Amino acid sequence: MAEHREFMYRRLHSLLGVVPIGIFLIQHLVVNHFAVYGEESFNKAANFMDNLPFKLVLETVIIYLPILFHAILGVYIVFTARNNVNRYGFLRNWLFFVQRITGIITLVFIAWHVWQTRIQIALGAELNFGMMEDILTNPFMFWFYIVGVISTVFHFSNGLWGFLVSWGFAQSPKSQKIITYATLVVFIVVSYIGVRTLITFAYGI
Amino acid sequence: MAEQKTVTFIITRQDSPDSAPYQETFHVPYRKNMNVISGLMEIQKNPVTANGQKTSPVHWEMNCLEEVCGACSMVINGTARQSCATLVDELEQPIRLEPMSTFPVVRDLIVDRERMFDALKRIKAWIPIDGTYDLGPGPRMPEKKRQWAYELSKCMTCGVCLEACPNVNDKSDFIGPAFLSLPRLYNAHPTGEMNKGERLDALMEDGGITGCGNSQNCVQVCPKGIPLTTSIAAMNRETSIHAFRNFFGSDHA
Repeated sequence: MAEHREFMYRRLHSLLGVVPIGIFLIQHLVVNHFAVYGEESFNKAANFMDNLPFKLVLETVIIYLPILFHAILGVYIVFTARNNVNRYGFLRNWLFFVQRITGIITLVFIAWHVWQTRIQIALGAELNFGMMEDILTNPFMFWFYIVGVISTVFHFSNGLWGFLVSWGFAQSPKSQKIITYATLVVFIVVSYIGVRTLITFAYGI
Repeated sequence: MAEQKTVTFIITRQDSPDSAPYQETFHVPYRKNMNVISGLMEIQKNPVTANGQKTSPVHWEMNCLEEVCGACSMVINGTARQSCATLVDELEQPIRLEPMSTFPVVRDLIVDRERMFDALKRIKAWIPIDGTYDLGPGPRMPEKKRQWAYELSKCMTCGVCLEACPNVNDKSDFIGPAFLSLPRLYNAHPTGEMNKGERLDALMEDGGITGCGNSQNCVQVCPKGIPLTTSIAAMNRETSIHAFRNFFGSDHA
């Protein structure tokens, strides 16, 4: 199997983006959405997640290692393309290009976000509504998070389309078109869930 | 008509594989329904640039002149296509001609397409029928399947899909869209099917099918209208199954 290493890595890269990373992304944004129902319910949910058994093992296996693998191979993939949207401005070519841009934005955003929240918590900061409120009432941080969340959700949604094609589930042009619309709906819905939460933290509404 | 209508060509030229490219402008007398090649033929007859300088004739490759051979591919006004089938009347002027940048330039508009012929060998783009004795007639192919396979067989190794693909470049070893589609054609043939596993293995090697990033430019630019992205997705499925069978199964065919 050694000679098919690149094949295995690329298929794994595609799979990890959906399972577990994509699943985690949706779970993360949904749990955060408790903030919209009030400070109390966010703290309760955050506390529940914070006190899951085997938390560090779950985080490592479901979040850290998959994201690390996906990010390292992803950056390599970004730099092996020569984008040509100015010459071939087809929709899919644009999405190919934006997938790479959002990949890099998402990597920067996640690195910052992990430093600002998870690592600070590990260093002794308290995980609660106030923490996110402090971060997001700063207008620069608010817009940084808006861009980061939308970029992440786009990368996931378009990556979901890529996963379905790269693994060979959607072959016919018609099925590929329908999943384009389906993943567009995913993008809009999941973006709403995330952005709505950010607005609550920043403006209390 | 008092004045003769002309067509302006701006051509990216290169004297040898290692020399620097430069541009030259030519005015060519207009004729009705002329294609890009007939313009190049006029330049060949009278190789004088727009400012009256005598120069060497522009070199290009051509063969069939009916979009079947794939030899005359070049970048015309920014898009890779066949210069025989591109009509001057349908182009914006001045007409800019460049060699395809994915391939090494030999001279002017002539590129070295060798990497594609190597790719054909890699994916075993043929059906082995030779034996040490007469093997007799092969299995029959259903007519409906033959008609479907015919569409895939139109590939003429012109290189236009490789030129349009953002993942075929000097930084990657991706084999290119055409060579992900052709194994599907040969695997569909009743005799070719006997070597199916070998072609799938070839697709799973480094620079193979996973080099595809689904930009889907290939299917948009293919002069023969081959459903390249459908083929790629089909081979994605085939290689996925092949990988599972190789790993979990024991019938390695």
